[in-house]
Amino acid sequence: MDLARPEVVGRRTRSAAARLGLVAVPVAFFAVFFAYPVAAIVARGLNVDGEWRFGRLWDVLGQSDIRHVLWFTTWQALASTALTLLIALPGAYVFARFDFPGKQVLRAVVTVPFVLPTVVVGTAFLALVGRGGLLDELWGVRLDTTVWAILLAHVFFNYAVVVRTVGGLWAQLDPRQEEAARMLGASRWTAWRTVTLPALGPAVAAAALMVFLFTFTSFGVVQILGGPAFSTLEVEIYRQTSEIFDLATAAVLTIVQFLAVGAILAVHAWTVRRRESTLRLVDAGLTARRPRGAGQWALLAGVLAVIVVLLLLPLAVLVQRSLDAPDLGYYRALTEADGGVFLVAPIEAIGNSLQYAVVATLIAVLVGGLAAAALTRRDAGRFVRGFDALLMLPLGVSAVTVGFGFLISLDEPPLDLRSSWILVPLAQALVGVPFVVRTMLPVLRAVDDRLREAAAVLGASPWRVWREIDLPMVRRALLIAAGFAFAVSLGEFGATVFIARPDNPTLPVAVARLLGRAGDLNYGQAMALSTVLMVVCAVALLVLERLRTDRTGEF
Amino acid sequence: MGITKKVTVLAVGLGLVTLSACGSSGGDDSGGGSKTVTLVSHSSWAVSKDVLAAFEKQSGYKVRVLEDGDAGEAVNKAILTKDNPQGDVFFGVDNTLLSRALDNGLFQPYEAKGSDMILPEFRVDQGKHRVTPVDTGDICVNYDKAYFSKHKLAPPTSFDDLIKPAYKDLLVTENASTSSPGLGFLLGTAAKYGDEGWQDYWKKLKANGVKVVSGWDQAYNEEFSGSAGGKKAKGDRPLVVSYASSPPAEVIYADPRPTTAPTGVADGTCFRQFEYAGLLSNAKNAEGGKALIDFMLTKTFQGDMPLNMFVYPVVEGAQVPKEFTEFGPAAENPQTMDPAKIADHRDDWVKSWTSLVLR
Repeated sequence: MDLARPEVVGRRTRSAAARLGLVAVPVAFFAVFFAYPVAAIVARGLNVDGEWRFGRLWDVLGQSDIRHVLWFTTWQALASTALTLLIALPGAYVFARFDFPGKQVLRAVVTVPFVLPTVVVGTAFLALVGRGGLLDELWGVRLDTTVWAILLAHVFFNYAVVVRTVGGLWAQLDPRQEEAARMLGASRWTAWRTVTLPALGPAVAAAALMVFLFTFTSFGVVQILGGPAFSTLEVEIYRQTSEIFDLATAAVLTIVQFLAVGAILAVHAWTVRRRESTLRLVDAGLTARRPRGAGQWALLAGVLAVIVVLLLLPLAVLVQRSLDAPDLGYYRALTEADGGVFLVAPIEAIGNSLQYAVVATLIAVLVGGLAAAALTRRDAGRFVRGFDALLMLPLGVSAVTVGFGFLISLDEPPLDLRSSWILVPLAQALVGVPFVVRTMLPVLRAVDDRLREAAAVLGASPWRVWREIDLPMVRRALLIAAGFAFAVSLGEFGATVFIARPDNPTLPVAVARLLGRAGDLNYGQAMALSTVLMVVCAVALLVLERLRTDRTGEF
Repeated sequence: MGITKKVTVLAVGLGLVTLSACGSSGGDDSGGGSKTVTLVSHSSWAVSKDVLAAFEKQSGYKVRVLEDGDAGEAVNKAILTKDNPQGDVFFGVDNTLLSRALDNGLFQPYEAKGSDMILPEFRVDQGKHRVTPVDTGDICVNYDKAYFSKHKLAPPTSFDDLIKPAYKDLLVTENASTSSPGLGFLLGTAAKYGDEGWQDYWKKLKANGVKVVSGWDQAYNEEFSGSAGGKKAKGDRPLVVSYASSPPAEVIYADPRPTTAPTGVADGTCFRQFEYAGLLSNAKNAEGGKALIDFMLTKTFQGDMPLNMFVYPVVEGAQVPKEFTEFGPAAENPQTMDPAKIADHRDDWVKSWTSLVLR
C-alpha cells in the first residue's frame, strides 16, 4: 500500500537520517579495529622504503607450493561445508520441531565444541579417529593425518552453527502453512519443498557461508589432525609472519585470502539477492511437539546417535582424562598457584574469561544489533547491502594478521590500546559481530514491514516501532546471537595471547600453557581446565536459553 | 521490558569504558611510569612469586609482564614495534633467532652487572653487549625406558643410531617450520652432518619411518609412549624430540613421585639452545630495564629458573635443583651452531627439509 501522506514522507527523510545513525557505529568499529590494522600490516609488508612492491604478488602466486596451498584450502572448505550441512541439517530440524527431555541442555552441549580451543579439541578428536580410538577399536580404521580427520573435526566444530542459525528460524516457522499446502493436496515432500525450504533458504545459506569461512581459515584443526603435510592459507600466513618473518609474502597471502573471501561473500550476496521473504513467525514454543510415529522417532534417534558419537564422545574423553587421578587430584591442583607458571591459581582464569566474554558480548550485540537493524530496512540502499558483506570479512582474515596489525596501528594516543585490557574483548567482538548479524538478519527481515508501517502511521516513533514490533520478535534471535558471541569469546585464543599476563590468564591461555609443559600433573590439569571450560560454556549457553521466559508481547 | 533498559544502560556504560580506555594512554598502565618496568617475553616465561617480589621490593620497580605468543612470534612482534616498544626488556630471544633480532636493531647496548659471572661458553656479542645470556637448554631425543627394557633393546645414543633398522618406526619429531624443538633437531643434524650431509641423513631417517607432527604438545603428549599424557593417549612412539629437562618434569609433576624418571635422554642427539635478554632500543624506562636484566643474572633468579622454565642457569655458582642433577643433567657434548650461520641458512634449510620430509 502506498503511503504518500505528507507526514509519512517527512518520516521517510527522518528515517534516512536514522539509518545513517544506525550504520555509523558499526562502520566506525570496523574501520578502527579491523580495516585500519589490517591495512597497516599489509602496507608494512608491501611498502619497502616508501616504494610499493606490487610485483611481489606475481612472485608469490607463481610458486607451485603456494598454489597447492590455495587449492587445498578451497576444496577442503567446500567439502567440510557440504558435510556439515548434510550431518547438521537433520539436527536443526529435530531441535526446531521436536520436544524431548533434556533438549535445552543438549542444545547447549552441542555448542560447546564450537568454543573449545583447537589445541584441546585436537587431543579429544584423536581419541575418536586416532590410534586406539573408537573407530580403530570398532573397525580398525585410523583417520588421523588424513583429510577425513580434518573434515570430521570441522563438522564437530560447526555443527552448532547450523543447528542454531537454521534451527532458530525453523522453530519459528508456522507449521500451519505447510499443513495448508498438504490440505490442498500437496505431498509431504512437495509441501516441504515449496513452503518450508524457500523460507529456510536464507538461513541455510547464512549458515553455510559461516561454516565455509570458518573452515576456509582453519588453522589448529589442520595442523593437529592433518599433520604437517596439510597446509591451509591461514597456516601459511602464520608461518610467514611468525616464523619466517617474510612480511611481504604474508601480505600477499593476506590479500589473496581477502579477495577469495570477498568473492565468496559477493557470490553469497548475489544468490540470496532474492529478498528474504516475509514469513509468518510464531512462538517457537508452539511449534515443537513430541515426535509421532516410527519415522519421527527414528529420525530423532538417528540425530541423537550422531550427536553422541561425533560430538559427545570426544568431549567425554577429555572429561575422563581429567578424572584420571585419585580423588579429583587434577581439579584440586587447579586451585593452587605454583608461583612460577601461574602466579595465581589456574582456577582464577575462569573469572578472567567470563569478564572478557561479558564485555565482548555486549560490544558484539551492540555493534551487530545496530548493523542488523540498519540492514533490514526496506529502503536500505546498495551501500548498505554492501556493508552486509563487509561485516563478514573479519571471519575471513587471519588472526595473526589482525593481531600484528593491532600491534603496529593501535599504539599511539588516542588509540593506544596495545596494553589495555579492552583490546581482548574488542578483538573477540570482531569475530562475534558477524554471528550476531547473521543470526538476527533472517529473523528481522522476516518481520512484516506492514506492521512497522502501520505502527508508524499510528504515530509511533521509530524507536517505539522497533521496541514494540521488532524486539519481541527478535528477542530470541538476539539471545541466540548473544550466546554465540559469548561462546566465541570464551574459547577465543588468538587475540587473548596479546595481553595475557601471567597473573591474568584466560581459560584457553591457561590450558595452552599447561599443555606446553611435560609431566603428568600439567597434562591432567590441562584436561581438567578444559572440562571446566566446557562446563562454563554449557552453563552460560543454558542460562541464555532460559532467559527467554518472559512471554509477554509474543504475538 | 527490563532487558532493553539494561542493554541501553550497559551500552552507555560501555561507551564510557571505551573512552576511558582510550584516554588513559601515557599513564602508568602503558609502562611509561618510571616505577613500572615492563618485560616482554614469550609464553614460557615463569618465575617464582617470592623471587619476583623480592626484586620489586629491593629495586622499587613494579614488574609488568607481557607475553607475546611463542618465541618466534614474540621476537617478530618486538621487531615490528621497535620504534614504539611495548616494554623495556625483552626476554626469550634464542640462538636461532638472535641474528634476526640484532640485525634489526632490536636492542641497545648494556653490560649487565654480574656479566663477569657468566660461564665463558655462554658469552656472546662481547664487543657490544646488546644481549645478555640468561639460560640454556638442550633439545634432545627422549626415550621411553619401559619400552626399551621390555623389548630388550638398548636405547639409541646418537644421531647415527636413529637411522638403524633396530629403531625403525620409533621416532616422532616436530615440524621444523612451526616448532622450535623441531627446528633445533634439524639444526642439530645440520651441525653434525654438515651443510650437505644433513639432507642424506634425513632421507635415511624418513626411510626409517620417522613420524612428523605439527608441534611439541602433540608429539610429546599424544604420540610419545613414555610421557604421562602419551600413556593416556596410547602413544606408540618410544622416541620423541623434546628437551633434556623433560625427564625431571615427568618426575616432579607425578603424584606420587617415582624414584626414577620414566624417560631418559639420548645424549648424542642434543642441540644446545641459549636464551637471551636485552634492553629494547627505545625503552621508556631504561633504568628499570637495566635493573631487571641485572636481576636475571643474580644467583637467586638463576637458581629459581630451572623448576619454573625447565632450563639451566648460565652463571657460575647458581644452585641447580637436585631433581635436575639426578634425572636430567644437561647434555655432555651437544651440537651447537653460530647464530650468524643459523640466520644465513635457516630459511633455506627449512624449505629443503619441508620438501624432503613432508612432501
